[in-house]
Amino acid sequence: MWGVSARMNAYEKLLAARSNDRATAKDYIARLFLHFVELHGDRRYGDDPAVITGIGMLGRTPVTVIGIEKGHGTKEKIARNFGSAHPEGYRKALRQMRLAEKFGRPVICFVDTAGAYCGIGAEERGQGQAIAENLTELMGLKVPVISILIGEGGSGGALALAVADEVWMLENAVYSVISPEGCASILWKDSGRAKDAAEHLKITAQDLLSLHVIDRIIPEGLGFSKTCAFLKIQLIRTLNRSRALSTEELLNLRYERFRRIGDHVVYPADST
Amino acid sequence: MIRRGLFKHPKNDLEGEIGHDRTPGPFVPENLCVTCPSCRKLLFRDALADTSDVCPRCGWHFRMSARRRIALISDEGTFREQDADVVSQNPLHFPGYDEKIKRARRTEAGKDEVVCGICRIGGLKCCVFAMEPAFMMGSMGTAVGEKITRLFEHATKAGLPVVGFTVSGGARMQEGILALMQMAKTSGAVRRHSDAGLLYIAVLTNPTTGGVTASFAMEADIILAEPGALVGFAGPRVIEQTIRQKLPQGFQRAEFLLEKGFVDQISNRKTQKQLISRLLEFHVGGERTDERL
Ligand SMILES: [Zn+2]
Repeated sequence: MWGVSARMNAYEKLLAARSNDRATAKDYIARLFLHFVELHGDRRYGDDPAVITGIGMLGRTPVTVIGIEKGHGTKEKIARNFGSAHPEGYRKALRQMRLAEKFGRPVICFVDTAGAYCGIGAEERGQGQAIAENLTELMGLKVPVISILIGEGGSGGALALAVADEVWMLENAVYSVISPEGCASILWKDSGRAKDAAEHLKITAQDLLSLHVIDRIIPEGLGFSKTCAFLKIQLIRTLNRSRALSTEELLNLRYERFRRIGDHVVYPADST
Repeated sequence: MIRRGLFKHPKNDLEGEIGHDRTPGPFVPENLCVTCPSCRKLLFRDALADTSDVCPRCGWHFRMSARRRIALISDEGTFREQDADVVSQNPLHFPGYDEKIKRARRTEAGKDEVVCGICRIGGLKCCVFAMEPAFMMGSMGTAVGEKITRLFEHATKAGLPVVGFTVSGGARMQEGILALMQMAKTSGAVRRHSDAGLLYIAVLTNPTTGGVTASFAMEADIILAEPGALVGFAGPRVIEQTIRQKLPQGFQRAEFLLEKGFVDQISNRKTQKQLISRLLEFHVGGERTDERL
């Protein structure tokens, strides 16, 4: 199975990541965290069904869980806005991040979105500001954070939950600055060239690992339960390692992780 | 209240005013006159220069180059540029991107994508950056992200405030995920600067959208916006395509953002330097005793 997916091209992976029968955040949450209790609302405006937040047990440790949820079936997909969050979704996540910091709980994020929602209400309530606030919050959050891209990682709406100590990707997940269709229609006025765009944008887990944008690929060829079992072991091990670090070390490592990106472009040191 | 009709704006200046390498901008030397995109008045370039590129009839704020912005905001002769040699490359070998960069360098922007450095404003030392609209719509690639990050890191080390002018079509898609990561990278540097107790003032100019809005543009302690500036996460065209309806007048304009609570003040260019100097002055560190008591 590994071999099969390794031979899939970027566009085929994009379609796989978007496919209807793919596991969503709540499927992972149900498998990985015992006694999960969902907590709703951003305490400012509303409760965004596109984002699930709560607390559960990872082994013997309570952890804060945040997931962007696309839903299964037409009815649920519509209710969850197909996993495109409004600002209140990001602020709901932000509230849980702050609670996690207060109580010293690690944060685990599951990312699966075509992107943050583009609509009138989203703009009126500050979609850009909501995402920006999560970026600065996560950059300084004094507890371990691990983000897992399980399906689609669409631009800023995905990044808002993917500033972490480690960013992992499912073998067939994708992560991109823009949808390949959008890229093709802007650059070549032809959304039909999405396949080319997908290739050039470098959106697959394999490409992103070699660009040091992600830290680990989670194999999914052996089926959902094996994937979850592997994921659980890796999460526990990684959090055990984080526990050995001081807060300062943890934050420095997180900062440096992102600070380095773009370093393969060799820039000269300041010449002034 | 949105002051509807105060400024009549072109439908979409992401394409109209900014997305054009061909249409001559107001500062092409052979162009003596320029038409105001808002009120259609024919204006002399020289006269426009005297009003800081603001239409004397309707108050439309014209697009302005990064260097001209810095020249107008900084005290004369105080600007010292940093990291001028950090320029875009083609890290993903994206097809056609090398040519795009070359073409952009032949515009009035030259090598400028964002201009960064140290200057004095009203006598107060600060770090300053201004994004360049003529370089690929002010989009953010790794070079822009690196320069902004270095500036905030420098400001943190030197204990200086940052004043920044944003104008951007968003993340630069030819640099793929590396462009997206610049949002995280710059946000990290802004956070450290903020944690050090230092002031950051952002001035949002027309247009500021996408990944820049969703990172350092919206992370400032004090956010000013120029009159009529389009500021948003998604561009108007994308929203119209998503919701399949026309957007209301004034949507995503600076005045709209003020009404919704996302900017502190609308800042007219005429009084902008004075306003920023005052804000910097409020934040000068150290104890000040009032001798009169
Ligand atoms: Zn005018």
